[in-house]
Amino acid sequence: MAKRNQTTENKKYQEYVEKNAPKPNYLKNCIWAFLIGGLISTFGQFVHNQIESRMGLSHLDATNATILVMIFLGALLTGLGVYDLIGKRAGAGSIVPITGFANSIVSPAMEFKREGFIFGVAGRMFSLAGPVLVYGITSSVIVGIIYYLIG
Amino acid sequence: MAGYISAFFIGGVICVIGQLLMDGTKLTPAHVLVLFVTAGVVLTAIGVYEPLVKFGGAGATIPLPGFGYSLAKGAMEGVKEDGLLGAFIGGVRATSGGITAAVVFGYLMAVLFNPKTKP
Repeated sequence: MAKRNQTTENKKYQEYVEKNAPKPNYLKNCIWAFLIGGLISTFGQFVHNQIESRMGLSHLDATNATILVMIFLGALLTGLGVYDLIGKRAGAGSIVPITGFANSIVSPAMEFKREGFIFGVAGRMFSLAGPVLVYGITSSVIVGIIYYLIG
Repeated sequence: MAGYISAFFIGGVICVIGQLLMDGTKLTPAHVLVLFVTAGVVLTAIGVYEPLVKFGGAGATIPLPGFGYSLAKGAMEGVKEDGLLGAFIGGVRATSGGITAAVVFGYLMAVLFNPKTKP
């Protein structure tokens, strides 16, 4: 009997928590994500155009070089502490671009430096980027195999 | 100029989808990143992402699905050149620059800088 009371109370509490948890402001968050994500992409396009015209690289090489530059900038801004300031407002707008991938590598690596340069810095670098590589590379190999079988 | 507007639009829309997934579901940023790179691979395989890259340029290649796009495209081109072996070497070959940059610059910055104390 007492147990049953407890579960209903738990349930009531759960409902209370869900009702009073702060609701995300969908519109505001989406506008920020759109603006920052769009701006980062536009800057990437600018870098791409500069590399393609000034260095005379092919379109594909320029795309790869742009990714390099963006990863460098994402890592540098994270180190300087600027990227997290952007991320407070931008949400997915700063997480989804490749600069956010660089951010997800540098942040935990810096944070765990006190655990040493092997297990701390190098070990924690891929705590978030690792899963991205595992699922990305694995699914691309599956796509390649399927393409081989039906192609 | 048109290239910049389409890059802004496509890049913005992809990020909004990520924001909606984070706000509307219980998915964490890590889930969204994994989901997006896998979605990029699948959408490229079925031929949906390539037109998006043609239209949006950096707006489609800078967000994380673009990483999946490069992986899948590389794997399929690898198969064309090297057969089954290409499925294994093509994807990472196409993205080797980005992966290496992430390792080297990521390590460098983490060694050079210390985390800022949060206000």
